Amino acid sequence: MAETHSLQDLRQAAVASKVFVQRDYTSGTICKFQTKFPAELESRIDKQQFEETIQTLNNLYAEAEKLGGRSYLEGCLACLTAYTIFLCMETHYEKVLKKIAKYIQEQNEKIYAPLGLLLTDPIERGLRVVEITIFEDRSIGSR
Amino acid sequence: MITRKVTRKWEKLPGKNTFCCDGRVMMGRQKGVFYLTLFLIVGTCSLFFAFECPYLAVHLSPAIPVFAVLLFVFVMAMLLRTSFSDPGVLPRALPEEANFIEMEIEAANGNVMAGQRPPPRIKNVQINNQIVKLKYCYTCKIFRPPRASHCSICDNCVDRFDHHCPWVGNCVGKRNYRYFYLFTLSLSLLTIYIFAFNIVHVVLREYRNIFEHVVSLTPHCTVLEVLVCFFTLWSVVGLTGFHTYLISLNQTTNEDIKGSWSGKNRVQNPYSHKSIIKNCCEVLCSPTYPSVLDRRGVMLEDLSSPTPSDASAASTHQSSNPVSQTTKSSAPLIPNEHTPDEAKPGIGSGTQKSTSSPKEEKPPSPTSPNAVAPAVIKESSH
Repeated sequence: MAETHSLQDLRQAAVASKVFVQRDYTSGTICKFQTKFPAELESRIDKQQFEETIQTLNNLYAEAEKLGGRSYLEGCLACLTAYTIFLCMETHYEKVLKKIAKYIQEQNEKIYAPLGLLLTDPIERGLRVVEITIFEDRSIGSR
Repeated sequence: MITRKVTRKWEKLPGKNTFCCDGRVMMGRQKGVFYLTLFLIVGTCSLFFAFECPYLAVHLSPAIPVFAVLLFVFVMAMLLRTSFSDPGVLPRALPEEANFIEMEIEAANGNVMAGQRPPPRIKNVQINNQIVKLKYCYTCKIFRPPRASHCSICDNCVDRFDHHCPWVGNCVGKRNYRYFYLFTLSLSLLTIYIFAFNIVHVVLREYRNIFEHVVSLTPHCTVLEVLVCFFTLWSVVGLTGFHTYLISLNQTTNEDIKGSWSGKNRVQNPYSHKSIIKNCCEVLCSPTYPSVLDRRGVMLEDLSSPTPSDASAASTHQSSNPVSQTTKSSAPLIPNEHTPDEAKPGIGSGTQKSTSSPKEEKPPSPTSPNAVAPAVIKESSH
């Protein structure tokens, strides 16, 4: 029977190495990460799965930074109240960040932790990199 | 029962910022000129409210002082918002990230002959058919994102760095640029307003020849206000005009001073939307960018159990991330007045490491000249 790791087990596991997925600046200064598959993960995870995760993250960040009617309205309303409205209301970006945090948590639990990997929310690294921690694969003959 | 003082992340942040209100307020290092700004604005407005407004409210309209109060409140709100908020500081790379980037650089550079200077650390990125060079910051150990720059006064890399403004006592960057612009705009309006009504006041008194109500102090206050407003007008209105120009072109002061998009060699601004309205909308009405610093998050201590923190994102990852978040960054910690005493001996060993890092910071290119404009731009190019 295949031995899978859970999120709790990973806490005791040893860190083998870390991979950092850098930002993709080809579309300008918007928050977007490179979908190029890092070589270190080749033996651990499916390329398709990884690219899908990163692409979903990119879409979520694009939603947060979208310039549209909603952001203009929020900006104008905030300006009229001398930005005091943000003392009681959350900004659109913060709402999407919470969505992103939930998505990463969910991905870790369902997909990455069983493979001995852990995604770190980019906000904890200043939105510069997606840090992927690779744990030592203790299970012998698994998968 | 021993109550242990909770250590928040702002206490351990590198850089030369000052923090107040347990991390809620973040300012630059030198605050003297900021206090001067506050004094000038509050002082002049107080004189206006005390001496001009009673006269004008009675003889012209009570709406005049009401509008002045609203304008004054807006100016103060914008000033405090600019001064106290995080301008968009990029946190320094943690040791693993820094090593990863170093390995990538070494792999890209290949073998360097002994005695030869290694090539400058630059990454080329194509944005909108324009090649943009990303420079490596030796202090923060990251490749700076486009439009970011390192402020030597605050010792931080700031995203969309505009300039370091001593009048507001903080850097002006991505997160607080709109507040800064609204501050200069509203201050210009307030200055013009006070100036105009001072003139009106003097003219009215001349024509009405009212001497019995005149307090001997009043004409002196009017003259003082007119003087302050006159000198403020030229600098603040000029600055507002300059920033309006920059916003319409979607440029930063830093880029303007360096001539990054001046048009030489067919170099054009890749961030501009080629439409003034779109540029203004992007700079002033884009979604408010969150702070990535997490100043009020609680640092996990090895001995105590994790206490609930304000940042919800930090708490979910403190439980799942086995790597301890008390890892101090490899960048040298500069002890400031907020460093807890028990951390100071630890910093002593850290400063020995820091003496070697300034040697790395040899700038290969000449440093940029200081700006002549009222805003001081101090940026060391690495």
